[in-house]
Amino acid sequence: MSPEVSVADNVIDTVSAVFMVVGALMSLAAAVGLLRFPDLLSRMHAATKPQVLGLFLLLAAIGLQMRTWWVWPVLLVAWIFQLLTVPVSAHMVGRSGYRTKHMHRELLRSDDLEAVVQKAAQSSRDGAAPQAPSPKSPADGGTPQ
Amino acid sequence: MMQTVLAVTAVILTLAAAGAIIRIARGPSLLDRVLASDVLLAILGAALCIDMAVNRHLNNLMLLVALSVVGFIGSVTVARFVADRREQTHES
Repeated sequence: MSPEVSVADNVIDTVSAVFMVVGALMSLAAAVGLLRFPDLLSRMHAATKPQVLGLFLLLAAIGLQMRTWWVWPVLLVAWIFQLLTVPVSAHMVGRSGYRTKHMHRELLRSDDLEAVVQKAAQSSRDGAAPQAPSPKSPADGGTPQ
Repeated sequence: MMQTVLAVTAVILTLAAAGAIIRIARGPSLLDRVLASDVLLAILGAALCIDMAVNRHLNNLMLLVALSVVGFIGSVTVARFVADRREQTHES
């Protein structure tokens, strides 16, 4: 084996070793964030690190270690699948966390959803008021908690 | 060098899994526990990836995809369940 090939081998090994250690540190950062952050929304911020960037680094380390080109599309499919599913589940968890008020409202700098919720409640109240004689039932149905 | 990397990442992932399990045990609400179990699942996936990269095989790749499907379905289901239950207790 020529020395150039061996040097390139060492470089690829080093790069994949760095990728693996940094990808593992993403998991550690998520755990530290889970333990130290005060409420659900900021813990969600920490929890996404190993799911997207950590998985990307580790899959790249696999691709570098295998030394073949055909594994890269397979790894890309696995990563894209994770990219498609993680935002949906994070959206569901954050939505139910907002609705059940599992957060510290004083930590928020701005709450864009608050105005939308107020406007939706107002419009449903206005739209349902002429046809419904009792004002209680449309307000109950239209106000998202 | 690969053995050193394996040892270092094993220590890091063990600490991370311990932190996630502590948050599962202590989490004040159900959603915190769901989030922490999602992180624990991601840590397991990271361990599978490192095993594949160090030993140079691809046996666990389908298991990794299945693991992300399980995490997705589990957290979405529990999030729906929490929302529905809280709304019913509000109305009653």
